[in-house]
Amino acid sequence: MVDNSNTIKTEEADGFLRLVGISKSFPGVKALNNVHLNVRKGEVHGLVGENGAGKSTLMKILSGAYIKDEGEIYWQGEKVEITKPKDSEELGIAIIYQEFNLVPQLSISENIWLGREPLANKALQLIDWTEMHKRTQQLLDDLDLDFDPKRPVAGLGVASQQMVEIAKALSLNAKLLIMDEPTSALSKNEIDQLFSVIQSLKEKDVSIIYISHHLEEVFEICDRGTVLRDGNFVATIDPKQTSKNELIQLMVGRTLDQQYPKVKAERGEEVMRVEHLSRKGVLSDISFSAYAGEILGISGLVGSGRTELVKAIFGADPIDSGKIFIYGKEVKITSPQSAIAAGMGLLPEDRKYEGLVLKLSVKQNVSMASLGKLLKRGMLQLNIEKSKVLDFIDKLRILTPSIEKEVQNLSGGNQQKVVLAKWLASQSRILIFDEPTRGIDVGAKVEVYNLMNELVKNGVAVIMVSSEMPEILGMSDRILVIHQGELASILNCEEATQEKILSAAMGVN
Amino acid sequence: MATESVEIANESKKKITVSSLIGRFGALFGLLFLVIFLSITSDVFLGGSNLSNIARQATVNAFLSVGMLLAIITAGIDLSVGSVLALSMCTLGILVIKMGVNPYLAMLACLAMGTFFGWINGLLLTKLHLPHPFIATLGTMNIARGLALIITDSSPVSGFDRAGAPEVLTLGAGSVGPIPVAFIAVFAVYIMFHILLTRTPFGRHIYAVGGNVSAARLSGINVSRTLMTVYSLSGFMAGLAALMLAGRTNSGFPNAGAGYETDAIAAVIIGGASFSGGSGTIGGTAIGVLLIAVLRNGLVLLNVPTEWQTVAIGLVIIGAVSIDMLRHRAQ
Repeated sequence: MVDNSNTIKTEEADGFLRLVGISKSFPGVKALNNVHLNVRKGEVHGLVGENGAGKSTLMKILSGAYIKDEGEIYWQGEKVEITKPKDSEELGIAIIYQEFNLVPQLSISENIWLGREPLANKALQLIDWTEMHKRTQQLLDDLDLDFDPKRPVAGLGVASQQMVEIAKALSLNAKLLIMDEPTSALSKNEIDQLFSVIQSLKEKDVSIIYISHHLEEVFEICDRGTVLRDGNFVATIDPKQTSKNELIQLMVGRTLDQQYPKVKAERGEEVMRVEHLSRKGVLSDISFSAYAGEILGISGLVGSGRTELVKAIFGADPIDSGKIFIYGKEVKITSPQSAIAAGMGLLPEDRKYEGLVLKLSVKQNVSMASLGKLLKRGMLQLNIEKSKVLDFIDKLRILTPSIEKEVQNLSGGNQQKVVLAKWLASQSRILIFDEPTRGIDVGAKVEVYNLMNELVKNGVAVIMVSSEMPEILGMSDRILVIHQGELASILNCEEATQEKILSAAMGVN
Repeated sequence: MATESVEIANESKKKITVSSLIGRFGALFGLLFLVIFLSITSDVFLGGSNLSNIARQATVNAFLSVGMLLAIITAGIDLSVGSVLALSMCTLGILVIKMGVNPYLAMLACLAMGTFFGWINGLLLTKLHLPHPFIATLGTMNIARGLALIITDSSPVSGFDRAGAPEVLTLGAGSVGPIPVAFIAVFAVYIMFHILLTRTPFGRHIYAVGGNVSAARLSGINVSRTLMTVYSLSGFMAGLAALMLAGRTNSGFPNAGAGYETDAIAAVIIGGASFSGGSGTIGGTAIGVLLIAVLRNGLVLLNVPTEWQTVAIGLVIIGAVSIDMLRHRAQ
């Protein structure tokens, strides 16, 4: 149980931003119910909760995208109403969304001052370029960023684009910055850089609401945190006095004895053997085997070639040389078709853009890779298809009102299960999970792990790429570590530790 | 958490029912409204000769719209159909009337010409990787039109009957009892394509490619082959429409089909397909085709000048696409 002393009273009135008793309903759903939030000046305030807990709805109310049904908003002690995005902007609230609002072809300066460029001549609407670049340089200097204001945004990495967004927010004199999953696409180094920028923002008395799935980050960067569950306020916590397990318990409302319910299965025959796989500049001379009844983890830093490796095996990326043997027989994999025919299935890292056709139904997505098995005299047997899909919905516990429902209406965990059902329908013997639990909430993660357990128990070979170290350690039987496109190490789960994996991943011996 | 997801699902279900009502039946309501309105305001509208006139007018667009539907479901477009129709029709005219080729062979050549241009469109997309079918088909649209003018010296080739080839007229002008052959052909083609889209892997592939190319490819769908087939079929339908028009007009003329792509696009979009790909049905397209035909006919009956008819068609297209956008926003 959580010690009550960990929860800080919310009635305190010293808040820089104070939300009191906020409620919001949509037809059929109470998205927020009497929620409180109290953010102090110059504080990093974490906002945590599972998907659907109400975090985004609350932030949309703050940004003026939604209008609250009930409750009060106090800004620097004064009651305010936010009914449109302009209201929020005028108060000094800025949001950095997961997807950036930048125009790639325009320069950093142009992006920051878009629509409010400093003018040299008002009548002719001529832009004062010198002034604009000067002001941009000032902003970039403040953030300790070494960019040329004149360079186009196109070609900047994700992390740098995020910095431009932050600079833009500061150019609007933002006093409160909301960051929605800011690290989801960043590497470790980039995260460190982001955190140091956040530190310097704090010193400038900018408050930050930090939304993240990654609890480690909440503990590392946040001064305080507020937990939401099912649209309700649960608690405001002090990360220094709260353990990770306590926080998870607050989020899910139940204890998760085990985040990684690994069940060891019996290792069977060799299902796939990869020999000397190479692709110029990306992968060099990688050899390994995958066995039935085993989860083979693939670890490595971002950009090390993990995703590229599985894409190459799956025939989605070309290779220069190397052989792939399935059940001891060499197979030429030249396209995803040939990989699927050889018994492989890929659950891509980016479910929405590579794994699913969001606007098609659950049924169409599930049977997409196995239509050939439903044919009779050239026609799809729709009845058989329907019963097969219903079967998978039942077996994998996919929550959907009907098999005709568009996949875009399902939650992240259920979408992942639809991708899995697609490969089970095509009777894949080798399943490649690339970041299987990315963007999936804690409860659904465990379900995905249990499904993996069941797969290996049934003799499937599972290959799991993950950048989450605990996930790799918690679920893999063996761990393949990639460093700059080369196989750095293969570790058994008994001998593997975080330190061993990290030093191999960083090329340290 | 479980109950919450279900609630959210139910909520979106409600939304979709309202918006999909507009999407699925909006065109049908529009068509019914037009029919009722014209029955009241015009004495001749419901007359047998006028109705069969509408149907005849609709057949060419009916064929072109099927090809357009396939292209639009893949998130593409085929602007070349009108010009390809003209080139196929002129090819037929020259082979039969000027060169005395066997009419059946010539009709095959007409279909082959259409299919060939569609195939070229597919090749430009999948092998040359032109950025969007808009560009590829805009190019072939001009090429086909130019070739049609060149091979005919810019003047119509007329008189299949006088050239001793009345067979050519059967499809466009013939009838079985009281039923025009053209109707039967349209009906058969629509049923075939409905089955193709709903009951075959190829049909599913088209929707998947249009909905999300990367996911389709990673699901083992041969994207290039699917697109090649789609554009070849669209070309084939243009060839079929050419046979129809040649039969009805007893000639091949190089300016035929100018602007027909607009009517086909309009019919498909009014029929509920989305420019962003992944959706669209044969039934919806049939309604779209009828709506445009009735609209054009009605404007004539109401003595609206031709110039204003064009304006009206434009307004209907914008209206239909606006409804499509509203539907997307509702989701």
